[in-house]
Amino acid sequence: MRYAFYEVREMIIAESKPIKDILAMVEPYERILVVGCKGCVTVCSTGGEKEIGILSSALRLARQARGKPLEIKEATLERQCDTEYLEPMRVYADGYQAILSLACGAGIQFLAEKFRKHPVLPAVDTQFIGVAEEQGVWTERCQACGNCVLDRTGGICPVARCSKSLFNGPCGGSKSGKCEIDSQVDCGWQLIYDRLKELGQLEKLEVIMPVKDWSTSRDGGPRKRVREDLKI
Amino acid sequence: MEKFEPIVIAFCCHYCAYTAADLAGTMRLQYPFNVRIIRLPCTGKVDIRHLLEVFEKGADGAYVAGCLEGDCHFLTGNLRAKKRVALAKKILEDAGIGGERLEMYNMSAAMGPRFAEVAREMTERIRRLGPSPIKKNAKRIEHSAERKEEQTAEGRAQSA
Repeated sequence: MRYAFYEVREMIIAESKPIKDILAMVEPYERILVVGCKGCVTVCSTGGEKEIGILSSALRLARQARGKPLEIKEATLERQCDTEYLEPMRVYADGYQAILSLACGAGIQFLAEKFRKHPVLPAVDTQFIGVAEEQGVWTERCQACGNCVLDRTGGICPVARCSKSLFNGPCGGSKSGKCEIDSQVDCGWQLIYDRLKELGQLEKLEVIMPVKDWSTSRDGGPRKRVREDLKI
Repeated sequence: MEKFEPIVIAFCCHYCAYTAADLAGTMRLQYPFNVRIIRLPCTGKVDIRHLLEVFEKGADGAYVAGCLEGDCHFLTGNLRAKKRVALAKKILEDAGIGGERLEMYNMSAAMGPRFAEVAREMTERIRRLGPSPIKKNAKRIEHSAERKEEQTAEGRAQSA
């Protein structure tokens, strides 16, 4: 790899919504703010400066073609998940009727919390936490279960990579290293087995993993992390 | 009714289509005056934003003309342009402008007659399609362009 630095970039992956869906969302408005984010969605080419340029252009063209022009102000914030980057938008936000955000679901919600007077609309579908396997290809790696077991599974996550999130796999649906859900999808447990074999740590598979406590994951409700030493 | 004369923007690669246009001129070949050429160092430089912007600025059609496939001066620039044109066509279709108003062509620097032929072909296609739907509101476009300038001026004043 020539550009080893770019080889793996973990991030939140999102996908643009169809233009017709976005047009339907902005239909009642004449002046909107289109806000991108320079974080994850820029790296996965969904909601950065370039993508807001393309989307805004498409929206203006579509509305102009119907004789109902849409005025758009484009802005790309450093991040939409931090108050300090959202606040400067107050200077000009009042002149617009709605805010269309191209950030991940977290960014869109934070924006909606901070700008109470504006309807905040999503222009992307947030999909997963993943990596850029190659230019233009992203795949899932983590489901944020809140209790990492990668030390026991050769650095391959059974939660995210096994379709059933099994902890003592593989299941009977594993065939020639592929998963039964799709012949293109690797069997997560085959990957774990191969990797542990490479590392000479196959004995780790003999340890039966206990039933997972999912309370650290979504089953425990919305999660919160506090670091008292950082609070002001 | 007055005959509709479309504005067609041609994004031409310096190493092939632009030189072919030059050759067409040297050969005294006629091609429609409707075509306005923008020279690029390589069609790989063309961005979807540029392709959409020409329509926002009032063009009725546009095309990207790069080197023959496999002959790109920068190896794969024309293949990248091809993919971007395909996506931009889809966006134009979704926006109700019409994807057929945009096209990708390939030619070598020696193909002066082909350049003239493509210019005629594209102009005819756009003439058949009629004016871009956004032209009905041309006055408003001017207005929003002015606003944009005002905004940029404001931005400059703020950052100063």
